[in-house]
Amino acid sequence: MEKLDFTLLKEIALMDSIPTGAYNIRKNGSSAGRFSTENIRIENKTDKAGIDINIKSNTKGETVHIPVIITDTGYTEVVYNDFFIGDNCDVTIMAGCGIHNCGDSESRHDGVHTFYIGKNSVVRYAERHYGDGDGNGENVMNPETIVYVGEGSTIQMDTTQIKGIDSTARKTKIVVAKDGSAIINEKLLTHGKQYAESDMDLILDGENANGRIISRSVAQDDSKQIFRPCVTGKSACFGHIRCDSILMGNATISSIPAVAAEHTEANLVHEAAIGRIAGDQLIKLMTLGLTEEEAEEKILEGFLGE
Amino acid sequence: MLEIKNLSFSATDGAEKIDILKNIDLTVKDGTFLVLTGPNGGGKTSLAKAISGIVQPTGGSVIWNGLDVTNMSITERARAGISYGFQQPPRFTGMTVKALLSIASGGKELSRIECCNYLNKVGLCAADYVDREVDTSLSGGEVKRIEIATILARKSGLMIFDEPEAGIDLWSFAKLTETFRELHKTSDATIIVISHQERIISLADEICVLSNGQIAEHGSRDEIFPKLLGTGMGCEYMRKGE
Repeated sequence: MEKLDFTLLKEIALMDSIPTGAYNIRKNGSSAGRFSTENIRIENKTDKAGIDINIKSNTKGETVHIPVIITDTGYTEVVYNDFFIGDNCDVTIMAGCGIHNCGDSESRHDGVHTFYIGKNSVVRYAERHYGDGDGNGENVMNPETIVYVGEGSTIQMDTTQIKGIDSTARKTKIVVAKDGSAIINEKLLTHGKQYAESDMDLILDGENANGRIISRSVAQDDSKQIFRPCVTGKSACFGHIRCDSILMGNATISSIPAVAAEHTEANLVHEAAIGRIAGDQLIKLMTLGLTEEEAEEKILEGFLGE
Repeated sequence: MLEIKNLSFSATDGAEKIDILKNIDLTVKDGTFLVLTGPNGGGKTSLAKAISGIVQPTGGSVIWNGLDVTNMSITERARAGISYGFQQPPRFTGMTVKALLSIASGGKELSRIECCNYLNKVGLCAADYVDREVDTSLSGGEVKRIEIATILARKSGLMIFDEPEAGIDLWSFAKLTETFRELHKTSDATIIVISHQERIISLADEICVLSNGQIAEHGSRDEIFPKLLGTGMGCEYMRKGE
């Protein structure tokens, strides 16, 4: 592992060093390190690129790191990671991808993550995307996440893309069983000529299932964002979509939330707002001693929770 | 000391020029608690905003501690020790109360206890609010009290509060009144409060009545307060300004 690798790992998985607990670090398509614990076993897939992560029932308080880094310009890959999480677990999964591209070719990571969560488990899943490098080659990431939330289980999914990804197309599908819960927090900042789109499909399948999609984004310069979150209620359930976006420069944002009730007791809400930073917000912070630029920075910092 | 000299502020409505502040002369000595009152539309908020730099006067000057701040930016005035609490404060999606109070205090991150102290002073049960976002989940009265807390945290030499009582319930208002009394007693700050409330006006060392963009009365509390009570809070001054 090189210094550059840890720079990327710190950005995407908050790793300063090799983590404790189970981990799998993928670098330019090869394994750069792996460790399984008694409760969490990581194995290569035999039919395609990727890994299976098996988490035993009753595993509590453990964290799994599975970051991916790409430092070879022009490297592209499609990776399939499947998570099999037992009953009564309480675990954290830190994923994410960092690309350092100093060349002229496109570097690209397409990651397909599928979660099968048992009963009465709590799963926190964090995924951060980051890119840097001084080449002209584009950094591209297309993550796809599919989650089957078991009875009485919860997934909290936090996705963050703050810097350096030229193009991304995210697809998320979550199916929630009886008494299950899904909370999706999406944070996105695009700048320059970057492009990002996100399709989310949250299906509240079981009775008393609930789900929330909270999306906050900032589009700067000439960047473009498109959001299409959808919650479908197939039972007596509660679903809520909230999308807030800040528009800067000549950027464009389309936010198209949808709710679909396929049950008479489905309770579904959506809210979406797009706007520039309000003048009175800037003035308020300036009256507290910040310059206009500092005020803008603080507003964005708070908005994206960074 | 705050010196306002021949201050004017005009705005245009289409082709029509509207004089909002007309040749205001006002001196507020250090450590004074001044209540600025008068009828709606009399120019109180415009005067406060002209002092803090949010609106640029069309004539005259604002001098703070001997420094002519008339052409200074909002930021420069804030750094020179002038703070302004908004009548209708903005909300900040994602920004926590703690983060906002930390910015107000000058940038260093405040501890939870420090935040709690400021929030308690405005009648908020602090532990419930420190980590909350200053967004639409808060009521208007809650946001208003957080706004006042930011001014307390700023600890400026000149604190201007624009109708701090607006939107605040009776119980919190009683606490707020006590906070103003304590602030005046324990700090050297010059305090200007825009208010129509008898309980706040009664705290003042001086009262200035602004009507139709002009100072209708300015004097000690003992001199002006009885007049206000006798005239039904400004009706007379409305007539005077016409």
